[in-house]
Amino acid sequence: MAQARKFELTDDSVVVIVGTGAGGGVLANELAQKGVKVVALEAGGRYLPEDYINDEWESFGQLAWTDPRTTSGDWRVAKDFAGLPAWIVKAVGGTSIHWAGASLRFQEHEWKARTTYGAVEGASLLDWPLDHAEMAPWYDKAEAKLGVSGVGGRPRLPGSNNYKVLEKGALALGYKEVHTGNMAINSVEYDDRISCQQTGFCFQGCKWGAKWSAAYTDIPRGEATGNLEVRDHAHVARILHDDKGKVTGVEYFDKDGQLQMQKARLVCVAGNSYESPRLLLNSASSMFPDGLGNASGQVGRNYMRHTTGSVYGVFEKPVRMWRGTTMAGIIRDEARHDPSRGFVGGYEFETLSLGIPFMAAFLDPGSWGREFTTALDSYENMAGMWIVGEDMPQADNRVTLSETKDAHGLPVANVNFSDHPNDIAMRNHAYAQGQAIYRAVGATRTLPTPPYPSTHNLGTNRMSEKPDDGVVNKWGRSHQVENLYISDGSQFTTGAAENPTLTIVALAIRQADHIANEMSAGNI
Amino acid sequence: MTGLSKQGLTRRALLSRAAALGALTVVGAGFIAAPDAAWAVEVTSISEQEMATLVQMARDIYPHDRIGDRFYAIAVKAYDAEDKKAMVSEGIAALNEAAKQAGFDSYVAAGWEADRVAILRSVQDTPFFQTVRGGLVTGLYNQKEIWPLFGYEGESFSQGGYINRGFDDIDWL
Repeated sequence: MAQARKFELTDDSVVVIVGTGAGGGVLANELAQKGVKVVALEAGGRYLPEDYINDEWESFGQLAWTDPRTTSGDWRVAKDFAGLPAWIVKAVGGTSIHWAGASLRFQEHEWKARTTYGAVEGASLLDWPLDHAEMAPWYDKAEAKLGVSGVGGRPRLPGSNNYKVLEKGALALGYKEVHTGNMAINSVEYDDRISCQQTGFCFQGCKWGAKWSAAYTDIPRGEATGNLEVRDHAHVARILHDDKGKVTGVEYFDKDGQLQMQKARLVCVAGNSYESPRLLLNSASSMFPDGLGNASGQVGRNYMRHTTGSVYGVFEKPVRMWRGTTMAGIIRDEARHDPSRGFVGGYEFETLSLGIPFMAAFLDPGSWGREFTTALDSYENMAGMWIVGEDMPQADNRVTLSETKDAHGLPVANVNFSDHPNDIAMRNHAYAQGQAIYRAVGATRTLPTPPYPSTHNLGTNRMSEKPDDGVVNKWGRSHQVENLYISDGSQFTTGAAENPTLTIVALAIRQADHIANEMSAGNI
Repeated sequence: MTGLSKQGLTRRALLSRAAALGALTVVGAGFIAAPDAAWAVEVTSISEQEMATLVQMARDIYPHDRIGDRFYAIAVKAYDAEDKKAMVSEGIAALNEAAKQAGFDSYVAAGWEADRVAILRSVQDTPFFQTVRGGLVTGLYNQKEIWPLFGYEGESFSQGGYINRGFDDIDWL
């Protein structure tokens, strides 16, 4: 790779992007490819496939965001993992290193959740200011970038043992849409990356590079243009503005803990649904007393994490679910909106496995004794699936600033979350169906497992047609501050039933196009 | 095998000096050992009885009959430290008090697992119990040596993944 470009701290012509994951990393590359100068600031370090570790706890220590966070609300994570509400990554490439690769488009009706579902008591549902037709070409580009299997002429992945158990049970129950998914994991060599070697450890970073991650695709390609500088170990503390309310740059702590100031023509925030609102709130000033871009009071609100849970089944004979691609298996029949089931929205079943160390930590946190250990004793004979469904946005499920401070003295994010009755009804339905799937294949025991620390963190800077209802417009542009953008999953208006990364990538590609056009037109 | 030692005492010497303590054996001189003296753990800060109690607690919290005591001993060895001494001492005293209330001489003196589990349930909300239980989640299950007992194969990249090693070899469906 050519030596990446360096930009001056005083260069006020650059676009500053905060965060380098699926949103920020893709946006950085897409802008760089269009000739836009970009400085991307990443709080974590830089790790590549050769650095990733096939060991759950060791990898967690390498990649996970373990800076302090606090929690509240009635979700079980707040009790069992009070300081770890999310399992996400702090590294160049962000959580695109950790994600499992499931790449599903939203269903058409999910862009219009409020219209489709109607008013749901206690929920702050809203339609996206976007729709299916508008997003279709951006999804096409995102799928081509990620090399998604099962679309674009690319074959699906082969089914693992864990998939075969899921498939047989699903078909026995009469489910129709059952396959190995649409995965950003190469089924054949694609885009200079080899095909999946069925290694497992998808969550620990793909050592083959068969799974798409911004860490080793978009980031180095953006750097190769000479238009992108990525500064790692750069923790952004505050976004600065002038007396006209326009953003002028950011203050960040560099790798030595020194406070630096980078000037900017515009700032795009892509730090995940905890860090992005935290940064806006920590950027409060006399002009923006409630936080930057927070005239609506919506910054931090409507935090969504998908209605999740897992079901494990124990069988008479070995399954060895850890072998092979972790999440290449899906049942989509329950993803439809069908209120006759007792809830609005839908959910997916996807294959999942954890190794023994994480299974011990997450199967039933806090429990002990033989009920727990006999389940682990049958680990080799276990199959696993994950439930991922649309959860209801609620105004009080929100990120606020905590009393706790981080190593730089900045207030950390407090994450308050409580399930909506719709979430509970959906999860219970999924538990029952998931257990029935495994029983249909002869499971001797089934384990409806509680949600893990969140991996799908959404909302908190949501997109809205009207400025009063959200934080950003249909381009991810702040309703209040014209040269401030949100470029990650925090801009999601609603969560849909699908794993969010493909949509985050599609929105980032689309946003890059918009920003480049606005810059050319002199509008920013 | 950090924390375990087979040095210093012969198997015969261990056995000859042994005094039974629950499933384990206190051999004096800062050692506790398996009754067959196949391994021993040295203690420096806490007492032999306390270490033996911790090992029994660890097994009763996460009982796996195919996992030997030495792995539980490794999992709780870190409590043998000056800064943990007071917590361990107070915690075990409370545990033994709960055992007395239940009609046993001490926690480890209760012969049936069900009786010991009932004693543990009575203290399970205490910080001491929660600290020990929480520590075991990684202290026990992150020992690579026990993974094969669960069938778990661990790292696979260096062996080329499972593409040619059975990722889809299920034959009973």
